[in-house]
Amino acid sequence: MTATDIRPTTAATLDTKAPRKPRNMGQIIRWLLLFGGGILMVMPIAYMISTSLKWPWEVYNVNLIPEEPTLENYIYVLEDGRFYWWFVNSMIVATLTTISALFFDSLVGYTLCKFKFPGRTLVFIAILSTLMIPTEMLVIPWYLMSQSFGWLDTYWGIMFPGLMTAFGVFLMKQFFESVPDDFIEAARIDGLNEFQIWWSVAMPLVRPALAALAIFVFLGNWTAFLWPLIVTNSTDMYTLPVGLAGFGDEADVAWELIMTGAAISTIPTLVVFLIFQRFIIRGVVMAGLKG
Amino acid sequence: MRNKLKSFILAGAATAALLPGAASADVEIEYWQYFFDARVEAMEQLIASFEEENPDITVTMTHFPYADYRTKVAAAIPAGEGPDVVQLFYGWLNDYIEASLIQPLPTDAFDPAVIDAEFFPMVGAMKKDGQYYALPTAVRSLALFYNERILEDAGVEPPTTLEELVEVAKATTERDGAGNITQVGFTTGMTAQDHHWFREVLIRQFGGEPYLDDYRTVNYDTEAGRAALDYYTGLQSEHGVTVEGFMDEPQAAFRAGRAAMHIDGSFRVGSLADQRGLRWGVTELPAGPDGTQSNYSSYWVNAITTKAEGEKFDAAVKFMQFITSDDAMQLWLDVVGELPAKPSVGMTDENVNDEVFGPFIRGLEYAHTTTFANESSQRQVLVDMVSRINIGGQDAGESLSEAAAAEQAILDEYYAD
Amino acid sequence: MFRYRDLTIRQKQIVWAWIFLAVPVLFYTVIRFYPTGNAVLISFQDWNLLGSRTWTGLDNYVKLVNDPVFWKVFANTFLYLIIGTPVSLLISFVVAYHLDKLRFGHSFIRMLYFLPFMTSAVAMAWVWRWFYQGVPIGLFNNMLASVGIEQIAFLNSTTNALPAVLAPAVWAGLGFQIIIFMAGLRSIPQSYYEAARIDGVSWWTVLWEITLPLLRPTIVFIVVFSSIGFLRIFDHVFNMTTNNPGGPLNSTKPLVLMIYDTAFNSFDMGYAAAQTVVLFTILLIVSLIQLWLLRADR
Repeated sequence: MTATDIRPTTAATLDTKAPRKPRNMGQIIRWLLLFGGGILMVMPIAYMISTSLKWPWEVYNVNLIPEEPTLENYIYVLEDGRFYWWFVNSMIVATLTTISALFFDSLVGYTLCKFKFPGRTLVFIAILSTLMIPTEMLVIPWYLMSQSFGWLDTYWGIMFPGLMTAFGVFLMKQFFESVPDDFIEAARIDGLNEFQIWWSVAMPLVRPALAALAIFVFLGNWTAFLWPLIVTNSTDMYTLPVGLAGFGDEADVAWELIMTGAAISTIPTLVVFLIFQRFIIRGVVMAGLKG
Repeated sequence: MRNKLKSFILAGAATAALLPGAASADVEIEYWQYFFDARVEAMEQLIASFEEENPDITVTMTHFPYADYRTKVAAAIPAGEGPDVVQLFYGWLNDYIEASLIQPLPTDAFDPAVIDAEFFPMVGAMKKDGQYYALPTAVRSLALFYNERILEDAGVEPPTTLEELVEVAKATTERDGAGNITQVGFTTGMTAQDHHWFREVLIRQFGGEPYLDDYRTVNYDTEAGRAALDYYTGLQSEHGVTVEGFMDEPQAAFRAGRAAMHIDGSFRVGSLADQRGLRWGVTELPAGPDGTQSNYSSYWVNAITTKAEGEKFDAAVKFMQFITSDDAMQLWLDVVGELPAKPSVGMTDENVNDEVFGPFIRGLEYAHTTTFANESSQRQVLVDMVSRINIGGQDAGESLSEAAAAEQAILDEYYAD
Repeated sequence: MFRYRDLTIRQKQIVWAWIFLAVPVLFYTVIRFYPTGNAVLISFQDWNLLGSRTWTGLDNYVKLVNDPVFWKVFANTFLYLIIGTPVSLLISFVVAYHLDKLRFGHSFIRMLYFLPFMTSAVAMAWVWRWFYQGVPIGLFNNMLASVGIEQIAFLNSTTNALPAVLAPAVWAGLGFQIIIFMAGLRSIPQSYYEAARIDGVSWWTVLWEITLPLLRPTIVFIVVFSSIGFLRIFDHVFNMTTNNPGGPLNSTKPLVLMIYDTAFNSFDMGYAAAQTVVLFTILLIVSLIQLWLLRADR
């Protein structure tokens, strides 16, 4: 997604308070309506969690607070064992992909930003142009590739398409612009090699951007569905979304169990969000406006 | 390997015996089937006792959800991956032979004459050019499940004819104040087993013959087909005893105790048995207006893939013999609820008169087996046929003709070469 | 003999640059560009994954044009876009506009709106699927029934199913758009508003003459971002219609689901590849329109 003209400072201004205005009726109504809307927005999540805590006999009642809350569904689902593996798989896949994307995206972004060499523009445009290629177009060739190299049903098979992202390259390149060339020159004079300069001088200066990118890549891989669905074979290799989709079907639509599975795959990201809220929202703005 | 590791972690030391010792495991073969709790459990038991008998062979089982199963098999074997012994639906046999996914069973271990004599006749479809390519452990048929409590409360007996089915369903359907059905008398849903019931049972019971020419020509755009369709859709539109998609899936409604009657396969027995607080019974499918009884039977078979060579092939043959033995069949019946593929095992007095399995086994005697070109596409045709009537408001006759033409097109394309 | 220390600073930079870029360039070539070309190539072939590939020229495309299901799917895909984008744009703008003016509990309410963005589409598709069920299990219909209103067939209907499947997709994306809108609103210099206040113009004029024109880049970004998302909708449809994928009667089937079906259920790889080329073309056109709109700003 190409850029808008807004300067990076907007990210910081988001957290400043709106200008003071006299409190009046309109303000109260506005507050109530927005609050009501916000409550509606979280209702599906609230019902998911509430239903996961209900006994089967209560599932179809519309009350939000379970009359007799129980962890029975969680015990049942976790005893089944598969969710445990799916969770582990998702965690491994999302973490490794995030690390790889952070490393390579920032390396490429840095190179394209700070080095002068023939072919620079070509490489940059080539990488950017891949943003226009939808993954849906690539899944068939990827599948055939995985089949011939024996990557089907392996972690590597799930991860390889996401090891680098063009979006990340673009984002990081934008942010390395703000690293003064003098710093880099000074480091060269100090005798650091180029890799050391990138790693220990430039990288620490773009930490906020790295964090924003990390959130996006992780969330994207945690919730990815189409490619893991295609590339995995055995139940043990599924990621959470793929496992959940199959589980929903085979549970004979026992909704309290499906809600429990859904909650297990959703709660981790929600918790992370609640802890790093301010930080994540700033990251969204940065990535959204600069990316 | 992770399969094993996982069961080890879950079940503790009890499964330690399953773990292959590096020294004793000379040959390792892979077995694939689709995921269905009871089937996996039964196969785990069979593999355990097979490995006990043959300490030099290790069998690794992999399973996938039904929806992906066919895809995975078709993709893996040509790539030199995947199973040595594979489970497949009987209707896929021709595809698998054509694509060289499976090889014939050696005649010394699997004598065609003996198989012809011992197995149910429908298994003969697995024989090509005098050699068997695949064999089932079990076969399945349909029956009518009913909720005992609901029927008792309504003071009605399980139906034996289609007419009685409507009456019993009427007596057991419940609605709320706004007129919404809260409990169906009878479940419907072409996406589940109803398309089989419609094809092989209802059409025949109304005097028709669903296909001609060895299942290559569609023959239900007839008066009989129309009568069968009207009966089926009438359950919802005329009698109001069911709603398509009630509780998302028919078996879910029955399991939750919100349906009085439900047609399903013998494989459902296992999961219903676990359902707490549900009292249910089984009876044979209701007879048609003139007393005709019919049923649909199908089966899954096991075959040796073209990937298995040399000592793996020998091990695969041993494994195949083991899982098609009489003992394996009885175990499959006890654990999965699927019926033994040999009359000598299935038709014992004990099994035929079994409260639960009896109706299914008796149904086998008058069952038909559809030869599908592409089961899911052919099912979709019937799903859409009913949708067009129920939610599209199309005339039943038109919809039936459209469905017959669409299914014929699928068959024509498949048999074109 | 080649010796690193004999190189000029500029030459050293070139060497380092290509060392850094070696793996990524390989990656983009093998994992992005080669498959793209490969997909186009396969679209001219007939191949069922098992047999051999045969060249068939434009046959797959001809088949596509003559396939009524494709046109239905094509229409559905654009319906997702045409309903989804304006609805989510309007709601997110209205919320952001008012949220921007709120001081008390600002970040709490913002959190409520943003939370759905952090959920997984598959999990939420199942949650909404449950909401949409009929009496006696569906949440929405149970609520309707409890006040005596006749139930609505959400998913089991050719007209309601598509909006019903779309709703959770819109819901999940709102938070992101609201945040982007608020950042856009904050970047508008206060002096503009003060000048307007001195001139005593109405709030409507302020909105129409100042806020919206200055938000143009933000709006273009959100429109393009969400359009591409809706054109690629898959997870929600797949999970909400597992019994009858894309149904009833193909009324919810989007292009990506058709691609998945053709490739991985029917194994008609060539035909599926042709469909992906169509999807690629559509997305390319949308992206080019975006570039063109942004250029007009400068």
